[in-house]
Amino acid sequence: MAIREEVPAQSRNLTEMSWDPITRIVGNLGIYTKIDFDNREVVECKSTSSIFRGYSVFMKGKDPRDSHFITSRICGICGDNHATCSVYAQNMAYGIAMPPMAEWIYNLGEAAEYMFDHTIFQDNLVFVDFCEQMVGDTNPSLLDRANDTPAPNANIHGFKTIGDIMRAFNPFTGEKYKEALVMSRVTREMFCLMEGRHVHPSTLYPGGTGTVPTPQLFTDYLVRLMRFLDFVKTIVPMNDDLFDFFYEAMPGYEEVGRRRIMLGCWGSFQDPDVCDYKYENMTNWGREMFVTPGVVVDGELITTDLVDINLGIRIMLGSSYYEDWQNEEMFVTHDPLGNPVDRRHPWNQTTIPKPQKRDLEGGNYSWVMSPRWHDKRTGDFLALDTGGGALARLWTTALAGRVDIQSTLGGGVKATGNSVEINLPKTAAMPETRFEWKIPEWSNAIERDRARIYFIAYSAASAFYFLEKALELVYAGETKTFQEFEVPDEGIGCGFHEAVRGVLSHHMVIKDGKIANYHPYPPTPWNGSPTDSYGTPGPYEDAVAGTPIFEENGPEDFKGIDIMRAVRSFDPCLPCGVHMYLGNGKTLEKRHSPTLGIGVDDDE
Amino acid sequence: MTETQSTASGVEEVHILWISEGMSCDGDSVSITAASLPSIEDVLLGNIPGIPKVHLHNKVLSPTIGGEEFMLPFRQAANDELDAPFVLVIEGSIPNENINGEGYWTSFGNDPLTGEPQTLNWWIDQLAPKAWAVVGAGTCATYGGIHAMAGNPTGCMGLADYLGWDFRSVAGIPIVNVPGCPVQPDNFMETVTWLLYQAAGLSPMIPLDDQLRPTWLFGKTVHEGCDRAGYYEQGDFALDYNSPKCQVKIGCWGPVVNCNVTKRGWMDGIGGCPNVGGICIGCTMPGFPDKFMPFMDEPPGGTVSSAFSKTYGTLIRKLRSITNKTVNKEPKWRHNRGELTSGYDPRWSSERGGR
Repeated sequence: MAIREEVPAQSRNLTEMSWDPITRIVGNLGIYTKIDFDNREVVECKSTSSIFRGYSVFMKGKDPRDSHFITSRICGICGDNHATCSVYAQNMAYGIAMPPMAEWIYNLGEAAEYMFDHTIFQDNLVFVDFCEQMVGDTNPSLLDRANDTPAPNANIHGFKTIGDIMRAFNPFTGEKYKEALVMSRVTREMFCLMEGRHVHPSTLYPGGTGTVPTPQLFTDYLVRLMRFLDFVKTIVPMNDDLFDFFYEAMPGYEEVGRRRIMLGCWGSFQDPDVCDYKYENMTNWGREMFVTPGVVVDGELITTDLVDINLGIRIMLGSSYYEDWQNEEMFVTHDPLGNPVDRRHPWNQTTIPKPQKRDLEGGNYSWVMSPRWHDKRTGDFLALDTGGGALARLWTTALAGRVDIQSTLGGGVKATGNSVEINLPKTAAMPETRFEWKIPEWSNAIERDRARIYFIAYSAASAFYFLEKALELVYAGETKTFQEFEVPDEGIGCGFHEAVRGVLSHHMVIKDGKIANYHPYPPTPWNGSPTDSYGTPGPYEDAVAGTPIFEENGPEDFKGIDIMRAVRSFDPCLPCGVHMYLGNGKTLEKRHSPTLGIGVDDDE
Repeated sequence: MTETQSTASGVEEVHILWISEGMSCDGDSVSITAASLPSIEDVLLGNIPGIPKVHLHNKVLSPTIGGEEFMLPFRQAANDELDAPFVLVIEGSIPNENINGEGYWTSFGNDPLTGEPQTLNWWIDQLAPKAWAVVGAGTCATYGGIHAMAGNPTGCMGLADYLGWDFRSVAGIPIVNVPGCPVQPDNFMETVTWLLYQAAGLSPMIPLDDQLRPTWLFGKTVHEGCDRAGYYEQGDFALDYNSPKCQVKIGCWGPVVNCNVTKRGWMDGIGGCPNVGGICIGCTMPGFPDKFMPFMDEPPGGTVSSAFSKTYGTLIRKLRSITNKTVNKEPKWRHNRGELTSGYDPRWSSERGGR
């Protein structure tokens, strides 16, 4: 239930509404908005979070080999993405590559993570916002229409009307809600086969893995992957039917959560044939990843080069509770290729917290810093978002047109330049199925959610290819999974990966054999960042501001469903947003308090 | 340890008020969705006979839109207005709010009157004395865990350090600790199931050890359940992570860590730690993580015990190898010749084409 306050503005009658905490996400997020109910529009949005744990403090002076065990604990849903990214960064710092078998095991584990996480988030958390109960509460007339609208793909998924699809997602009782919970377990079992435990893996080490690559390991994975396929084959057309209905039934819904197309993807799934973890070769092996890294601005793919991506990262302040590190130590002045590294780059960041009152009206209001990406063409510092992860991954991969993998087992992925084709093999119950994700017209809430379901299919299709490559090595007796290494006294490393909800980078500096600096940048600081020193708002704020209100409830019983759909479309994961903050949090609420959904006067 | 006194008299409905706003990653909330023995929906939809009806209030799984709609049962509990007893589950370590100046480390909702954030500690102070039982989910909530590592800024700690180790709930139950980073999914759900049976008056007091862990889950060590322990016994150790043998020389703390993961696996028997190639880093233990770091080095005590095992284990391994060869041969009477040599004395002529 939202908190409501009347705030007379100069020209518009604005109502302040806030939701804190936001449910069905991981971590603590509060959303504070100003809404113009007369004109059915959100005018302003601020996002905030309040929890300090202090990871960067723990890590300084620790053994560098501990970093993937520790950083996994940053996140309780994609901890393995952190562990993997940390291993990548450590490999670079220690000067080693992993045996091919280890890479396929990592790829299979991470593919299962995408399948699990996107499934539980989409079907058990996001979709509650689209289920019959919620739509009945917020848009009763839309539900009536849904009940009368036949589902175009009913012959595939078996649900006759759009209303039936909505009912299938009612929490704990809907058929697909329950099936998704079960499928989230099957896919996590696949994950545990490769990485030992979910969500903090046990078998990952710099240099490889302790997972034992037996025929049983891969058979156990394959059988579960096949059991998951029928679910994928029904869920994709169900999503399409529902999302297309929203566009059709509520003209203008494409504006909900819409922002300028500025997407970043840091790439996923290494190819052991080319990946040697040497920075000098990063441009090449980055482009060979089975999800292509890149930056898309206004529909144009402006780079696929991980070196460009790395050097363009800037950590800004502007609305955050920190002192600047302008006079602190520069750890890395030049990268191994001789390129200058900016003071605002994560390698050179020093975190100096400065606790203060929260001031949402033009002051500082967040512990999240503002990561931006420097566009060399224009000199702009872009507030890239990840589109909740899947949207950016599919978009960059489609435009790059590089990925083309086909398994003799039947699955495959092909990037065409303007779409991604995804092939899933025949199962006992359903025929061979081809999906095609086409680049959409907008970067908005619906397309972020739609991409998520397609990326589940992408991950499943890719897993067949990874399985085939792993089995080839088993058959050839090439079962080495771990490469010995020594920790150097001095060294630097960077890892690039895709956490489930988007870009993930780890930057480390080793001095005297210990960690001297370590900065992970997960997706949520990008997406959930506050307004930066140039006045550029963060993506959540930007996407929610200007969102039209379609909810049929008035201010008195307003739920804010359109705002929640916009926010949840980014797959917020706040432990990632606030992992590195420490110090005395001192927050004084300027605004008014929640009183169980009843509006109160703002005069205390 | 088990007390026979019944602490409840047939409670019919129970709320689970789950606060994950401690110093955590929400990994324990995510973990329970992985449980299948029983699953969360088994418990909520009445698929476990005899337990009370359960109302779960957990931020990650809540069907509510969020904000005050989600906070309502927590506020009702604080005001004694909840319609049934509640189990308070805490996830994440509890920061020391005595050392934060005028600020706060972590909050859960805002105060309805002042608009100030309400700290986790405030909520625990309000709810723990009224709870039917108090449960710590995961190592952060039970003992402090990763966020309570040396050098941490928040001064955080586990529930028992905060509430006192002699804390008793209104039902007379000590704090129930289910450690693990994250908590093993079925370990948690099984503990909840015991408590629900206890609330229904069907099970006795939950048996806990001196670290407040359920005894049947944490009474044995990782090593005692590990299928690689046989290698240890034979003095046959992995020297790097390529090996499927015992990992004590490359960082595994299994012989001294209380945890059942090697027996139970991670999900429905799949995965685990040293049983599948992942060194035990002691993530269930009160001394985690500092006493186990650096994780990838051999535990200091391991050299002595593995040296003993190396001495006699090598001999045992040789002797076993001889026996192993013997038992790998079939008995000599299994053949297709024209005679029976099994030792049976037939009443008929056993030789083909006889008389």
